[in-house]
Amino acid sequence: MDILYLLIPFSVVLVLLIVAVFGWAVNNGQLDGFEHEAERILLDEDQGA
Amino acid sequence: MANDRAPATPGAVYEDGPVRAFALAAVLWGVVGMTVGVLIAAQLAWPDLNLGIPWLSYGRLRPLHTNAVIFAFGGCTLMATSYHVVQRTGQARLFAPALAWFHFWCWQLVIVAAAITLPLGITRGKEYAELEWPIGILITIAWVAYAIVFFGTIGRRKVRHIYVANWFFGAFILAVALLHLVNGAVIPVTLWKSYSAYAGVQDAMVQWWYGHNAVGFFLTAGFLGMMYYYIPKQAERPVYSYRLSIVHFWALIFTYMWAGPHHLHYTALPDWAQSVGMIFSLVLLAPSWGGMINGVMTLSGAWHKLRDDPILKFLIVALSFYGMSTFEGPMMSIKTVNALSHYTDWTVGHVHSGALGWVGLISMGSLYHLIPRMFGRTQMYSKSAIELHFWIATLGIVLYIAAMWIAGVMQGLMWRAVNPDGTLVYTFVESVKATWPFYVIRLVGGLLYLSGMLVMAWNVIKTVQVGQSQRVRIPNVLAHA
Repeated sequence: MDILYLLIPFSVVLVLLIVAVFGWAVNNGQLDGFEHEAERILLDEDQGA
Repeated sequence: MANDRAPATPGAVYEDGPVRAFALAAVLWGVVGMTVGVLIAAQLAWPDLNLGIPWLSYGRLRPLHTNAVIFAFGGCTLMATSYHVVQRTGQARLFAPALAWFHFWCWQLVIVAAAITLPLGITRGKEYAELEWPIGILITIAWVAYAIVFFGTIGRRKVRHIYVANWFFGAFILAVALLHLVNGAVIPVTLWKSYSAYAGVQDAMVQWWYGHNAVGFFLTAGFLGMMYYYIPKQAERPVYSYRLSIVHFWALIFTYMWAGPHHLHYTALPDWAQSVGMIFSLVLLAPSWGGMINGVMTLSGAWHKLRDDPILKFLIVALSFYGMSTFEGPMMSIKTVNALSHYTDWTVGHVHSGALGWVGLISMGSLYHLIPRMFGRTQMYSKSAIELHFWIATLGIVLYIAAMWIAGVMQGLMWRAVNPDGTLVYTFVESVKATWPFYVIRLVGGLLYLSGMLVMAWNVIKTVQVGQSQRVRIPNVLAHA
C-alpha cells in the first residue's frame, strides 16, 4: 500500500491548510459578531439599473 | 443601522450574463442527462433496446448518463448559483467577466466532448472520471478560470464578512481541483488512450479517494452553498442558526477526506484502511445532520409557507432526502451491512436518493428562485407547473428508491443463501430474474422524474420569453449594525 505514503501526507498537509484558513478566518474577524450576517442577505433585494 | 443609499456609481451593476447562461444550460443538460438515464433504465429491463448498436450499449451510455447529470446538470447549476451568490452576498461585480464567459464555453466544450467520446467507447474506465486525458486537461483549464473568477470576486467584495454559502462553494472549487489532479495522473499512449499512473489496489484507493470526495465536495458542499442562500431567500427568513452553519462547514471539511475506503470493503485494500474509511463515514453523520436540521428549522414559525410555496417544497424536501441519504450512507459503510449491500442495487437506490432527492431537488428549487430574477421577474411563468413538477418528481423518487431498496436487499440475501451442504441456493441468473419487476418500477420512477424536468424546461422557456434580462444595480454596502 505504497499509495498511503502519498495520500496520508497529502491529508495531513490538507488539514494543516484548513487549520491555516480557519486561523485566518478567526484573526480576520470572520467569526466575530456574525449574528447579523444571516439577515444581511435578505436586505439586498435586486433593483433595476 | 445605515440603510441609506447614495447614488450608485454609473456602471456599478452585477455581471449576470454567465449566471443566466449557466442556469439555462443546466436545464438543457438536465433534460439530456435524465433522458439517457431513462434509456439505460429501460435497457436493464429490456436489453434489446440497445438495438445492436455499440454506441447505444449500456456500458457506454451509463457513464454518459452519470457525467451528464453530475457534471453537466449539477455542474452548470453549481456554476450559475455560485456566480450569483458570490456577487450578491459580497455586493461586488464578478471579477474578470470575460474569463467567466471563457469558463462557460470551456465547460460546454467539455460536456460536448464527453457526449461524443463516451458513446464511442473512449474511456479511462474510472467511475465518475471516465473522460480521457485531453478532456481532463480541458477540465483543468476551465476549473482554473472558475477559481480565478470566484476567488477574485471574493477578493473584491464590499461586505467584509464572507457569507457561509461562499465558504461551501470555495471548498468545493478547491477540493475538486485537488481531486481531479491526483486522480487524473495518467501516462498517455495515444491521443485517446492513457494508463493510470497508479496500479492495482493503489489505483483503486486513489480512485475511491477521488470518488467519494467527489460526492462530498462536488455533490454535497457546493449544493449546501445553494441551500444556505436560496432557502433563506425563498423563505424570507435568516437561516435558523448562523453559528451552526459555520460549525457545519468546518466540521464537514475537517472530517470528509477519508471516507473513500468504504467503497472498497472486502477487497485487496488492507483491513485497517477499510475500517478507517468506515469510521470516518460514521463520523460524517453528525455534521450532515446538523446542517440538515439547520436548513429545515429555518422554516420554524413559518411552516405555512411550505403549504403555499412549491419552490420551498423543493428546497425542504431536498433537505429531507439529504438527511435520509446521509443516514443511509454511514449505515451502508458499516462492514457487516456492506457485506449485504455491496454490488447490489441497494447502492444504486442510495445514490439516487442522494442524486434525485438531494442534488436534483435543491438544484431545481434554486433554479426556480434564480431564473425569473435573471429575467427581470420575481416569479416563474407558471406557479402551478412548479407544483406539478414537485409532485411528479417526488413520486418518481419514491418509486425509484423503494424499488431499488427491495431489489438490493433481495439480491444480497439471494447471493448469500447457502444450502446445508455448502452449495449456493440460487444461481446468479435467478437473482436477475427476480429483479426484473423492480427494474420496470424503477423505469416508471425515472420516467416520472424526467417528465417533471420537461415541465420545468417548458416553464423556463416561457419565463424567458415573457421576461427580459436586466442589469441589476449593486446596492451601496449596508453598513455593519
